Parts: sequence; structure tokens; C-alpha cells
Amino acid sequence: MAPFPLTLSTLLGHWGQYAVYALIGFAFGFVLESAGFGNSMKLAGQFYFKDLTVLKVMFGAIVTAMVLIFAASGLGLLDYNLIYVNTTYLWPDIVGGLIMGVGFIVGGFCPGTSLVAMATRKIDGLFFVLGGLFGIFLFGETVDLFAGFWNSSYLGRLTLQDWLGLPVGIVLLAIVLMALFMFWGGEHLERIFGGKDLKREPKARYAGAGALALAAVAVILIGQPSTADKWQALETEKAPLLAERAVQIHPGELLDALHNDALKVVLLDVRNEADYNLFHVAGARRVKLDELHDLIPSLLLEPANTIFVTTSNDETAATEAWKLLTAESVPNAYILEGGINGWLDTFASADPTLRRLAAAAGDDRLRYESAMALGARSPAATPEVHEFSLEYTPKIQLQLKKGPSGGGCG
Amino acid sequence: MAVETGKHASPQGTKGGGGFFTSRPTKPYIHPYLGGALLGLVLFLSFFLTGNGLGASGGLNNIIGFFQDLVAPDHMDQVPYLVKIAGGDKNPLDTWSVFGVLGTILGGFVSGWLNGRLKVETVHGPRITPRTRWFMAFAGGAIMGYGARFARGCTSGHALSGGATLSAGAWAFMFAVFAGGYALAYFLRKFWN
Repeated sequence: MAPFPLTLSTLLGHWGQYAVYALIGFAFGFVLESAGFGNSMKLAGQFYFKDLTVLKVMFGAIVTAMVLIFAASGLGLLDYNLIYVNTTYLWPDIVGGLIMGVGFIVGGFCPGTSLVAMATRKIDGLFFVLGGLFGIFLFGETVDLFAGFWNSSYLGRLTLQDWLGLPVGIVLLAIVLMALFMFWGGEHLERIFGGKDLKREPKARYAGAGALALAAVAVILIGQPSTADKWQALETEKAPLLAERAVQIHPGELLDALHNDALKVVLLDVRNEADYNLFHVAGARRVKLDELHDLIPSLLLEPANTIFVTTSNDETAATEAWKLLTAESVPNAYILEGGINGWLDTFASADPTLRRLAAAAGDDRLRYESAMALGARSPAATPEVHEFSLEYTPKIQLQLKKGPSGGGCG
Repeated sequence: MAVETGKHASPQGTKGGGGFFTSRPTKPYIHPYLGGALLGLVLFLSFFLTGNGLGASGGLNNIIGFFQDLVAPDHMDQVPYLVKIAGGDKNPLDTWSVFGVLGTILGGFVSGWLNGRLKVETVHGPRITPRTRWFMAFAGGAIMGYGARFARGCTSGHALSGGATLSAGAWAFMFAVFAGGYALAYFLRKFWN
């Protein structure tokens, strides 16, 4: 398994982890100030083409970090599924961006740079920070008036590579080339509007541009690990869990988990439609095994107290689904022991229309038939806990989520 | 330390006055491309070590929430947006982004100190008074703060962090920020030029 990001709360303790964030914040503030971002005239110069420092620093930082992130991911050092990718609420993103653009040109800072300006005793920076706090306060007090719009056009963890359907390396190279083109254009704008002498710019910037483009090409060549690669890297660690039956939970434990208010259960039923219509556990989501991969981005956004349970008629397909979830770093994944057949062996007595087949049906085939395809309306889909005396060895252990605490922009 | 206002001085080449904060000679800013590369490295390390990116407005949000919770805890428990920040026993300062913000302020201060840029001043365009600049900074800050929460992130937390992780919404947001700024820049030119 990719060793990064780290599980900081386990390594350093609940409050100890914050030291890392403070150190990163320190470096962030230090670099922002060093680049001149504490100076509102320099920032506003961006909008009059006199000084394109904002463009150069911002896009320089984005492409540098982006190439490093995907190189580290390609090399198996960093798990992209465990880093926070800002969720997309398309229209609120655009409207909020426009409002921020207006604030930028009126006030001359953005929130991060105003902190640095204030820290270096710029009075306009202090006023901006106070204004910013007021704006944030005002937002909290008024968001309920337009909560519908604010929560609209939600696209989840949508990435450019998913949206375009292109390999991530190609997207990277395109963005790097776009950034280099913008830098080139920006320098000429500075020459025309700001009277800058480009001959005095360091030659080393060509080497930097070349290095970035080469790094993007290298990411294309390395590629990103597939689900199979990820499973292979995990197999020695995770396959014993299957063999020891540490992740196959008894139907009774699933029923208790479904009734446990402290847990959210996402039950993924990977059987065919006919079996699903005949009978499924209440709340189960049917998903084809070969389409499960597309669900990963949304599963990664489930709250930390979510457990994922895969099920098929027996366990064969459910085990494949479990491997996929585990390889893609979906935490707290389990398999329903014995599948739907196991569930019905326990609870079928609640529904007289269900009848167990006399002959074995073959591996991962449904062993029950019914005159009526009741689906989740069958009483056996929502058995009464107290009507069954269930004894099982509890196996669910809620693991702390590794990586982002969610809520990204922090 | 007298508050110097009324004239805009470029930090480059000027000498600070006496005193602990301003005794160091003022040094020029680093080259923007070097700044970009270093900022990118910090951003990468943030994701690499913690899984989270950089941010400013979220931390400020929680700091505001902390004071709101002191004054009106019941109100914090009733508004859905505010419950997430300080509902019930939740301590709004018990969040990584608050510590990131504190670090950012300290880092900016240390860089300003080492490079002799701690002069107390109001940076403003040559055609406006410091008082106008203060008013504009407050108004712009309020608009920005509102927009940052509207978009669920500011320039650092949404554009920078989301841009580097290839979030589609972050890229839409980033272009909207520049569009908003450029759309209004012409009408505000007297404030900055």
C-alpha cells in the first residue's frame, strides 16, 4: 500500500497532528511573503497586466505540485484516493469565484495573502482581514436563504481526467503546456504594459520550463497504478484477512449494524437484476461488478463512520468486489458471510413465499425461489431483530480514515 | 514606531527605520517562478504528508465560529451551516485549518522580518488616500470572505489545492476568479494606478 499520506492522528496524537499543519502553514506564509504576496499593489498589478506575479506564482505552484503529486502516485508512494480532491458544486463554484474576483480587485488581496500582509504590519492587510472575517460571518448568517442553490449542481469528486476521459498524464502535459504558454504571454504583457525588460530575466527559467514538460512526459510514461496493481501491492497484507475470514460478517452482525445509529451501512449487492428483484436486503444498492470501479469516487466521500458490505448469492463475486474496494483504499469494507443465501438461511422463515431449492444451485447462484418477486418488500429483507436469536463473533472494527479529514479548503 | 501612511513606497530598496522589527535592510522579493516552484513544493508536501491541501478561509471560518459560539452558543446549534462548525460540544478550534492559518501568519511575519519588510504602512495606489484604501480593503475583504465561503474555498484552498489535484470544480472556480477581477478592473483603475 502506498505509504503516504500518513495517518497523522495515529502517529502524533490528536493535537500532535496539528503541529504538522502549523509547520506547513508556516512554510506557506513564508513563501507567500517572499514572493511579494503581502503587497496589494503587486497583487492588483495582475489585473492591469503590469505585474503578472500572481499568475506566475499561482500557476507555477499548481503545475509543480500537480506533477509531483501524480509522479508520486505513479511510483506508488502516494495514494491519490486518500488525498482530498475538492468536490465540485459547479454553479456555486462559478458564482463564488466571480464574487471573489470582484473582492480581489476591490480589496487587493485574497484571504491567504491578506494574512501575510497583516503579519508584515500592512494596515490595508489588517483591514482586509477584518473585512474577510465579517464576510465569512455574514455568509454563515445568510446561507440558509439560498441553501438550495448553494447545494446544487453537485458532481462529487469530479476530476478533469474523469470528466475528459483522458489518462491523467495527458491532462498533466496539456496543463503544463498551457501554463508555459500563459507565462510566455504574461512576460510579453509585462513588457508592453509594465515596461519590463525581458532580457534581464534569468535564463534558468527555460531550464525550469523544460524540466516541467519533461516531468509531465515522465508521468505519462510511468502511468498510474491500476486496481490490479494496487491489489497486487496489498495482497500479502490483505489476502490473509480473507483466508482467516476476518472480514466476512455474519448476517446477524449486518442486521445489527443496519440498526446501529452510530454506523452508516452501504450495502453493495453485485448480483444480477433478476436475483436482486426476487429478493434483496432492504437498503441494498445493486451495482454490476464491472461498474463498481466508477462508484469509487463517491464511496470515498462517505462519512468516516461508514462501513461497506459487499454481497452476492454466495461469496465469490462479493469477494471480488471486496478486493476492488480494498485496493482502491475504501475503508471499512466487509463481505456478507454466505451472501444472500446465507442471509436467507438465517431469516427466510419470516417470509412464507420463499422456498429453499432442494438441489444445490451451483456456486454463487441463488438457492431460493419465490412465487412473488418481492425484492426488499419481503419480510425477510427487514427481519425483526428480536425474533431471531443470533450468535456471532463480531468482526466489524471501525478503522480511522487515513488521509484527509474532509472539508478540504480548510 | 510611527504609523506611516499617505505615501506608497515600494519595499524594494528602501531602508527601514530603527527598532527590532525594522532594523534589517529591505531585500527584494524572490523571482516569481522560484516563488511558484517553492509554493508548489509546499503544496505537494501538504498533500503528501497529510492528504489535505493548503487553506486560509476555512480556518478563519472556524476562528469566527469560535467567537460566535462564545457569544451565542444556542444560535450555533440551530443554524445548519453553523452546527457543523460549533454545534453542541464541538470545539471550532479543534481543526487542522485553524493551525494552518496560525502557521501562515507566523511564517509571513518571519519572512517579513528576515527580509526587512515589517514596516507599518498602508500600501495604496498614488491617486487615493490611505483612508480610502482602508475602506476598499475592508469592503473587498468582506466580498472576498463571502465569495470564499460561497465557493467552499478561497484562492489557496480551492484554486491552488483543487487545481493541483485536478478537481474540475476548482478549475471552473479559478477561471471565474480571474474573470470577475478582470471584468471590474477597468472601472477601478483609478484606485490602483
